[in-house]
Amino acid sequence: MSRSTNVMVEIEHLSKHFGAELAVNDVSLSVTEGEFVTLLGPSGCGKTTTLRCIAGLERFDAGEIRIGGDTVAAPARGIFLAPEDRNIGMVFQSYAVWPHMTVFDNVAYGLRVRRASGAIVRERTTRALEMVGLGHLADRYATKLSGGQRQRVALARAIVYEPRVILFDEPLSNLDAKLREQMRIELVRLQHEVGITSIYVTHDQAEALVMSDRVVVMDKGVIQQIGDPQTIYAHPANTFVANFIGVANLIPGVLLGRSGGFCEFEVPLGEGRAPLRLRALGAEDARERQPLTLSLRPEDIKVHLKKPNGDAGDNLFEGEVIETVYLGSMLDCRVKVGQHEFSVQIDHYEQIDPHQKVYLSFEPDHGLCLTA
Amino acid sequence: MIAGNSAGVMADTSADDRYVEVQGLVKLFGTDRAVDDVSFSVPKGRFLTLLGPSGCGKTTTLMSIAGLHSVDAGRISVGGTVYTAPAEGQFMPPERRDIGMVFQSYAIWPHMTVAQNVAYPLEIRKIDRAEIDQRVHEVLHLVGLGTMADKLATQLSGGQQQRAALARAIVSRPRLLLFDEPLSNLDLKLREQMRLELKRIQHEVGITSIYVTHDQAEALVMSDEIIVMSKGRIQQKGGPREIYAQPVNAYVSNFIGVANLLKGRVVTATSAGRGEVEIAAGGRTARLPCLLRAGMTPGTEVVLSVRPENVAASRQNGGSACLEGEVIEAIFLGNSVDCRVRWGDFEWKVTAHPRAGLKAGQKVYLRLDPEHTLAVHP
Repeated sequence: MSRSTNVMVEIEHLSKHFGAELAVNDVSLSVTEGEFVTLLGPSGCGKTTTLRCIAGLERFDAGEIRIGGDTVAAPARGIFLAPEDRNIGMVFQSYAVWPHMTVFDNVAYGLRVRRASGAIVRERTTRALEMVGLGHLADRYATKLSGGQRQRVALARAIVYEPRVILFDEPLSNLDAKLREQMRIELVRLQHEVGITSIYVTHDQAEALVMSDRVVVMDKGVIQQIGDPQTIYAHPANTFVANFIGVANLIPGVLLGRSGGFCEFEVPLGEGRAPLRLRALGAEDARERQPLTLSLRPEDIKVHLKKPNGDAGDNLFEGEVIETVYLGSMLDCRVKVGQHEFSVQIDHYEQIDPHQKVYLSFEPDHGLCLTA
Repeated sequence: MIAGNSAGVMADTSADDRYVEVQGLVKLFGTDRAVDDVSFSVPKGRFLTLLGPSGCGKTTTLMSIAGLHSVDAGRISVGGTVYTAPAEGQFMPPERRDIGMVFQSYAIWPHMTVAQNVAYPLEIRKIDRAEIDQRVHEVLHLVGLGTMADKLATQLSGGQQQRAALARAIVSRPRLLLFDEPLSNLDLKLREQMRLELKRIQHEVGITSIYVTHDQAEALVMSDEIIVMSKGRIQQKGGPREIYAQPVNAYVSNFIGVANLLKGRVVTATSAGRGEVEIAAGGRTARLPCLLRAGMTPGTEVVLSVRPENVAASRQNGGSACLEGEVIEAIFLGNSVDCRVRWGDFEWKVTAHPRAGLKAGQKVYLRLDPEHTLAVHP
């Protein structure tokens, strides 16, 4: 999928207050033509407000938004285009597909309301239905559609105006888990086929990882990190991102020094136990004795039932299993190491029980030390 | 702490092994055999899950045990007391069965406080005030609502209401707890947390429990034993590990977790339950070493079942035992990458480590672990 490098949506220094509360705090972002960008964060992080500002459903206090090079809102210059003049499509949580209409009529509805000519309605509706793969179901009633097909109708209805951008506001969150997982993949395939620029809001980190070209992680109105899913997951910018995306073991320590591209640090284990001395990536700008947090993913921790041979001093330590949860494809374990608890994943064929002693180890380049 | 039914003590007598006993249960809805000759038992203090898709008969079985409807044939007894046995003319009314129930809808009274809601089952039994207060206090503490006693039920979140419903079900220390999809109204994160909580509480109070769900992940996490049902019949009964790792047939394999399922034929078989199965997919064929179930011999038509986490995908050719395929989709999930790999006209589902770096379009070699490649009945 080659994509042009034209900027389609540009947000500059967007700020928005609700009363005294700063809901969106100096957010800047540019989205390339054809790109799928997700705004991800917990409720109240500012993601939906940002989306509504792009849509024109919300006015804001400072900043500027441009779509396809045209300024659609810039309060300092008194510019504010109404939503219907921004040439955007929207897909919301509820499909809002009318049951008493055919697929064709559902998609054509908006054009007819706008008094488009019969020929244009026919041509554009047919094209939109072809694009989402529903051409053959044009005459079917919406009640006869599966959940996935209804989602396609909702998308066809958004693209029938031939918008420059589609905005998605948690469109999958009403679906049950199994359908949601299918639809994530379905929707991203469709988006790639149609090739339309998309901005997608969700609080579901799994959804964001699966679907996005880039993820914008937000908290308290502020962008915490922008990056592709792999980068966000493997190189979180701070402990908020590490914790919000996937599962991370976040273990506090103190920097000792650096060698061979790694930082060396100490993790206190509490009274009566010598601290762990470990090596990992990150903390490039930290000073000696500065506090830091080790971020370590469960799947990057090796669990040994017996003490392994070899270089035992290297990121290897002892712990006690305190809980196991059998998930079928794996065994989720919590392992107590001094005053800390590590979450680890074990091959589901292993028989491990609470109170069992185990050894944990990790590769130095699989751990990341964070100072923010 | 609830002293009730011998908390944490394992049943050791044979009567306790068959504390709940369901024999030959049949329930017709018109001509439809909603429950079709179902028999099982639950040892005292254990947690059994009835698992299956909607319409499989799990809820009808549960309602039969609760006495909320009559049955057409069979016998249900709990702790040696016959609850339902049409052939013997027995039917104990539901209110005398001494059963606690927790439903999907919380069924908490909005005009009462949490404590009043929980006290209700004791009040209708005319237990004295001091004991009621003591037991309500204990049980609210147990379910994590110790500080919520005086709140109105309407002030609780969904998860808290379900805790209150659980407290009300266990406060009278019933002989049996029945759960009908109690977590399915909660959002995913809360549901995952409540699974572990519910299991912990059940373990602490030690009340024998039967739990109905369509959610296989829930069943695996919570249960001592699982019964997988389909079309009114029991497909398999076993512990979570057994059900997941040794499914008896393709239905169970497919319903629990994710599985690669390919039709094949046994070509060699040893007495030790090992052998080889030949599979074919769109012009490609392979002979794969695998585990066989008892009675499978050369020529037996089988389905090969392999979990995605037991298929290793490598970019290096590992020799003739490998299947050569092409990655057609690689979905990054954070802690793993879900891949689809095309081999002939079959698509293998493969779970890879995120650091393996698999991407769509790559040629890969699949290696199946013979110890975790199962021939199951179609």
